[in-house]
Amino acid sequence: MARVLVGVKRVIDYAVKIRVKPDKSGVVTDGVKHSMNPFDEIAIEEAVRLKEKKLASEIIAVSCGPTQSQEVIRTALAMGADKGIHVEVSGKDYETLQPIHVSKILAKIAQNEKVDMVIVGKQAIDDDSNQTAQMTAAVLDWPQATFASKVEKGDKEITVTREVDGGLETIKCKLPVVISADLRLNEPRYATLPNIMKAKKKPIAKVTPKDLGVDVSPRITVVSVEDPPVREPGVILPDVDALVAKLKEGGHV
Amino acid sequence: MLSRGVKQLGRLRPCSQGILPSFACRGFASPTLPELTKDRYPHVKRGEFAKLDQNHLKFFRDLLGENRVLNDPSDCEIYNVDWNRNVRGYSDCVLKPKTTQEVSQILSFCNEHRLAVSPQGGNTGLVGGSVPVFDEIVLSLSLMNNIISVDDTSGILVCEGGCVLEYLDEQLANHGLMMPLDLGAKGSCQIGGNVSTNAGGLRLLRYGNLQGNVLGIEAVKANGEILDCLSALKKDNTGFHLKHLFIGSEGALGVVTKVAIQCPAKPQAVNLAFLGVKSFDNILTTFRRAKRELGEILSSFEMIDEQSIGAVMGHLKVKSPIDNHPFYVLFETQGSNDAHDQEKIHRFLENIMGDGTVLDGTVTNEPSKMRAIWDLRERIAEAFLHDGYVFKYDITLPLEKFYSIVDVMRERLGSDVLRCCGYGHIGDGNIHFTVTTKEFSKDILKRIEPFVYEFTSELKGSISAEHGIGFRKPQYIHYSKSDAAIHLMKELKKLMDPKGILNPYKVLP
Repeated sequence: MARVLVGVKRVIDYAVKIRVKPDKSGVVTDGVKHSMNPFDEIAIEEAVRLKEKKLASEIIAVSCGPTQSQEVIRTALAMGADKGIHVEVSGKDYETLQPIHVSKILAKIAQNEKVDMVIVGKQAIDDDSNQTAQMTAAVLDWPQATFASKVEKGDKEITVTREVDGGLETIKCKLPVVISADLRLNEPRYATLPNIMKAKKKPIAKVTPKDLGVDVSPRITVVSVEDPPVREPGVILPDVDALVAKLKEGGHV
Repeated sequence: MLSRGVKQLGRLRPCSQGILPSFACRGFASPTLPELTKDRYPHVKRGEFAKLDQNHLKFFRDLLGENRVLNDPSDCEIYNVDWNRNVRGYSDCVLKPKTTQEVSQILSFCNEHRLAVSPQGGNTGLVGGSVPVFDEIVLSLSLMNNIISVDDTSGILVCEGGCVLEYLDEQLANHGLMMPLDLGAKGSCQIGGNVSTNAGGLRLLRYGNLQGNVLGIEAVKANGEILDCLSALKKDNTGFHLKHLFIGSEGALGVVTKVAIQCPAKPQAVNLAFLGVKSFDNILTTFRRAKRELGEILSSFEMIDEQSIGAVMGHLKVKSPIDNHPFYVLFETQGSNDAHDQEKIHRFLENIMGDGTVLDGTVTNEPSKMRAIWDLRERIAEAFLHDGYVFKYDITLPLEKFYSIVDVMRERLGSDVLRCCGYGHIGDGNIHFTVTTKEFSKDILKRIEPFVYEFTSELKGSISAEHGIGFRKPQYIHYSKSDAAIHLMKELKKLMDPKGILNPYKVLP
């Protein structure tokens, strides 16, 4: 049975309207409702299903961020993870935390905890980076199965169906492996009350990047954050000739 | 495949939406139109009103312009059919004024020429009160959708009657406020219509009735006279409170053009729980204890039965957080401190599950999950439409007997119907009892009415808790109101609308 590490990220809830700060330094996060990145929910769900099929023995949920990240770990525990690790990163360090840092953190924990599988969501809905899984695999020198829409576990290997631009690709990877979950991998369960109560007693260990020997100094600076351009209203044209004229004018024909 | 993560999610987990009145956008299973009301109810006779002619149309076009006068039968179709597809008129004139002045001139003209008028907001009413019965001119307030003012300190909103409820809520959020009412139709219903029907909704339990929250109204009388009672003051005892004439009178006494409403602060903490229970008694126990243990933070308490949730899960593919149970409770809390509220809620839930009153459930404060769970309750009415024909009832019963109507009717109707079920605002004692069949059947209708009203009357309940009387229920008012009361209503109608042009054939018997 495999030991599984799942990375979960605290992001602004996807049903909340995003507002850019007036000083264009970022988006408003104060007082805004956050929840687990939806693709990470899918990752946890997949891990829990493996455990239910007796293909996984222990699930460790990891989140990097400020104190509130613990809420997201609790949700993971309520969905069926066994224990949590909160890597405390706050303030300025958190604002410039990038997949390159997170991947080194996850890799170190994966080694410490002797896991066989690392599962993360394919991307976070706040930065859409889509890098953490790939970088983590590179740091660990493990195979990677990204954009997974189906995972089948054998004894020492997995068969993964990937969603790619051309359609579906099926690959086999030897364990240990890094997987990134795509939308159609599964439909995550709601955490039900008995499990929510049980989760309160599950342990969450706290560490810092320093403890793991990872340097989280910023590698980027955010220059500005702006709203996407407002969509121009359409123009109603009286007839086809006018349409053709407009298209020619705009250089489209 | 690289893509914006959020965009992907939007497609697969649609957010709760308003229900658009337009057939083109509905995408329902069967777009068949109901029978014309005049054919299905031949005993209702068209009144002594004028027939629309070219001179009338010229006046309207001169006043509003070509674009705001609809005269083509296909354009008028959606205004002629109610949301539940129960009734259909055949009006061929829809007017869309933009100002109170225009409404006044329209009504003055119609009054003079004895033209019947059917005022219409979002057309989400469920008693056939918002569409013409015959060829009444539809007076649509949809273009009167401006917010006039929002006062952050007092929390008072002043706006035009055509503002959509959800839009108002979104705008108020920018001021840290929220609308004091909320209903499933929020994406389409308009505040003028809400006020005219004294709409209840999901949060009446906490924020009370519109009777209390509406501070002022501007309305136009049948003869075109503008009645300005729009004082935006919490306290104003200067003479009779005329605004109450228009709250709940369903457009029969005047057209509501502006509203001043008292809005509560937008809560910092919202939590939603969805619970599965074995029996109706368990629901009552849960409610009693919730009132005691959650008290001041309880903002909504709803009940759903197995058949109702079956419709939403089956037809609309909405997922339930828990396994099948005979009954479900959905309750919401709103407060100013999430940590405090969560402590209360978790303790309540631990106890109520610990002793077996509740079998399973989930609780969340994440907006995306809350929306998905609210869909299970808010989209029930929409789901029923996919069965075929919906016989919908809205009654208030004493809490102990809340579900009895469903049990009794199941015995009466047996397997002749697709569904016989109930759901609703148990916190207010208001059940939406519903029967669905593949097609309309006079026989089924006879077996339901007037029995359901007699049953309600015997228990001293209300035959229409929040939906109003409209076209479907005038003959049943006597089950819940005395003769003297009905007599006074008729006197007031004569006083306010002597020619009876506003919403004829409705509300009063």
